[in-house]
Amino acid sequence: MTEIVNGTDVQQTIVSSDERPLLEIKDLEVGFNTQDGLVKALNGVNITLYRGQSLAIVGESGSGKSTTAHAIINLLPGTGHITGGQILLDGQDLAKTSEKEMEAIRGRKIGFVPQDPMSNLNPVWSIGFQVEEAIKANGIATGRKEVKARAIEVLKQAGLGDAERRLKQFPHQFSGGMRQRVLIGMGLAADPQLLIADEPTSALDVTVQRVILDHLESLTRELGTTLLFITHDLGLAAERAEQLVVMYKGRVVESGPSVEILQNPQHPYTQRLVAAAPSLASRRIQSSGGIAAAEASISEDASHAAGETIDLIATAEARAEAIEAAASAPPAIIVEDLTKVFKIRGSGEFTAVDKVSFQIPKGTTMALVGESGSGKSTVAKMLLKLEEATSGKMVVGGRDLATVTGKELFELRSRMQPVFQDPYGSLNPLRNIGNTIAEPLHTHKVGTKASRRARTYELLDQVSLPRTLVGRYPNELSGGQRQRVAIARALALKPEIVVLDEAVSALDVLVQAQILRLLADLQGELGLTYLFITHDLAVVRVIADHVCVMQRGKIVEAATTDEVFDNPKEQYTKDLLAAIPGANIELGA
Amino acid sequence: MPSNTRPTQAHYVAPLEETPLVAIDSVTTEGKPSNLWRDAWRDVRKRPMFWISSALILLIVIVALFPDLFTQVPPNNDCQLSNSNGAPTTGHPLGFTRQGCDIYSRIIHGTSTSLAVGLIVTFLVAVLGIIFGALAGFYGGWVDGLLSRLGDIFFSIPYILAAVVIMSVFSQYANVWVISLAIGIFAWPATARVLRAEVFRVRNADFVMAATALGVSRFRILVRHVLPNSIAPVIVITTISLASAIVAEATLSFLGVGLPPSTMSWGNDISQAQVTLSTAPQVLILPSIALSVTVLSFIMLGEVARDALDPKARAQR
Repeated sequence: MTEIVNGTDVQQTIVSSDERPLLEIKDLEVGFNTQDGLVKALNGVNITLYRGQSLAIVGESGSGKSTTAHAIINLLPGTGHITGGQILLDGQDLAKTSEKEMEAIRGRKIGFVPQDPMSNLNPVWSIGFQVEEAIKANGIATGRKEVKARAIEVLKQAGLGDAERRLKQFPHQFSGGMRQRVLIGMGLAADPQLLIADEPTSALDVTVQRVILDHLESLTRELGTTLLFITHDLGLAAERAEQLVVMYKGRVVESGPSVEILQNPQHPYTQRLVAAAPSLASRRIQSSGGIAAAEASISEDASHAAGETIDLIATAEARAEAIEAAASAPPAIIVEDLTKVFKIRGSGEFTAVDKVSFQIPKGTTMALVGESGSGKSTVAKMLLKLEEATSGKMVVGGRDLATVTGKELFELRSRMQPVFQDPYGSLNPLRNIGNTIAEPLHTHKVGTKASRRARTYELLDQVSLPRTLVGRYPNELSGGQRQRVAIARALALKPEIVVLDEAVSALDVLVQAQILRLLADLQGELGLTYLFITHDLAVVRVIADHVCVMQRGKIVEAATTDEVFDNPKEQYTKDLLAAIPGANIELGA
Repeated sequence: MPSNTRPTQAHYVAPLEETPLVAIDSVTTEGKPSNLWRDAWRDVRKRPMFWISSALILLIVIVALFPDLFTQVPPNNDCQLSNSNGAPTTGHPLGFTRQGCDIYSRIIHGTSTSLAVGLIVTFLVAVLGIIFGALAGFYGGWVDGLLSRLGDIFFSIPYILAAVVIMSVFSQYANVWVISLAIGIFAWPATARVLRAEVFRVRNADFVMAATALGVSRFRILVRHVLPNSIAPVIVITTISLASAIVAEATLSFLGVGLPPSTMSWGNDISQAQVTLSTAPQVLILPSIALSVTVLSFIMLGEVARDALDPKARAQR
């Protein structure tokens, strides 16, 4: 602190407000009333946040990170309530504030940016109405003219050009990124001291995410707002926040300066997280080796890890040989000039996939990467014959897909199986796991009842699930476990090709790393060919041999994974790579 | 400057014994297997309303099947005009109608008519609603266009009005089956609409796509995967439609276009009691109570079913 000699009074206030944290959470406990009594969601959480700082809370789903944020603004869902501890905002305990007082604090002292920009704006009211409503509610301006002027200012500040016209538009005329800008603008409208952003960009494409976060960062710096944000992405957190709080099962397991935690994680859970975060993974090791490396560093035994490294080189070499061998064999999938045109009511045609060509050698993984709307999933659906191609050629296992019909198609389906993105939607909730996994065998009339049962057990073993699951139902399983079941179902008929459509995108990082490892193991064991569709370049690095980058229906770059990561040719690929959160952080170790 | 002098937080690590690690994504297979139906059953068993309505319905079914267990007095043959609107006496606990018939006996013997109409109409509504709703929702396109427009046509005519017209045209054939048909033929579109919307939602699920990719036939997907996942709301509305069918029969009989006076029915009894409403209100009120209790039981059961089967209602508890 530089000495100020204007007067002791002034000096004292500055000093005291500087030393006192803006937000101090002490031993916070939150419980939810359920049929089985009070269930604790937070168990003694301590967080300290100083003025002007940025802090990120990181954790997997169910770790209590969102509950913490909601407890601060007293918006706990349903039966949740604070059962102990203090939340001190500038000395005032928010845990003991009445609802009426809280209303004055929300918006004015604490701004909030919600997670899903799609559902947090009311579709029947114009953007202007909603922004003005927020301004009026916070009493920033009164009188129609002033409110409107302020609304325009807010939108301008949020980085939306042509704000006056934008005010009259409705949410559906805004893209996801623009909506999130509006929400950020609304959160900052009253110039709050603290802004809480709950996964502000997890619903957005990476390149958009980057722009939004850059904007949020410069805005909060300009206004001097203290930022608390919540994310599941460790890389993102470390890149965007000075302070990090890692939560696990309702407790804080590690907190402190971001870089320090990332470079020197102390708690085993943090170590696991750092090792599994794909965005932070080492670039040099290919496919299964990369995951083995993550796995090795998860292991707490250092000497064991050192032993693994030698194996890694061998794995990488073996992998390289396998790819070379595969290159000489006929490719498992050949796609040439594949095009899909959708007819849109009123506005003519939309080319979702535009002359896409690629080949996938047998036993290798090709990643098809692109942002939402790039047409990558449409390619998968056409390949699986779930969608008819408009034109182009697809050859799978030596057979032209255009000519196969009826019985031949039925037979071909057994050789190519999909795994979809949504673990909660891909299993029939009313059929038990055993029946779900055995359905392919039933449909294709493979074996007897006894042999089907045996095969079901074998598949459960392969995806590392206990055999006792056969009589159970999907709702008892976690997302990762459901994805394992979906993988087992896909493998039941011993296919040669598996199409993975965002198969790990909805999973927590640790579970994601586990499933990626499983996929790599199964590939080695069964000689599978993968078409891996994803929006996440970070994951590509650890699983794929080849990469095709798609943008607006076209493949803009195709190369081996190493080439794409080390030497990207296209600007779009470079943008995508740069947008991987945490990619630039040196891990030290 | 401030950034240098700002107080910073120390690197804190929680003691491991306080935050033990659990294996990543471990599977627990404790407790009983559960899915929507099992959960719903478990949930329903805890509710008194379920047991009350079930007990009442069971009682109503027993009365309908074995009326002689409850009364030995014949409802029609033993009427003596000397007893007209008479007060209760021994053996005749609820008194007499204007014609001098035993009210209690008539109520007991009228139960089977009401229940039969309710069940036949519900069966009809469910079958038509499920076929039309499922086909329209699942196949979409022109099938949906055709079936939905057909449903709209039927929906645009209030079913009670339609039934009145049908029953007046076919009055000479009036019996339990004809009246059920007259009510049911116009009551199914509501069920079909609900099911269509559900099927529409479920058919886009990934598990349907996975089944298609396996080569499972369209019809088998509809029966095996889509219908079981969309039938819950249909069960709820059919339970409630059973109640409204019973009311509809009573309404038609009350209006004089329902069952012939010779058929024992609560609607007929209420209709005939109109004339003596001011002098002997109990003659009208007693069968009305029987009607209300029956209808209420089914509505209560429907409510319980909705609470147990509607995932949104479940989530809020």
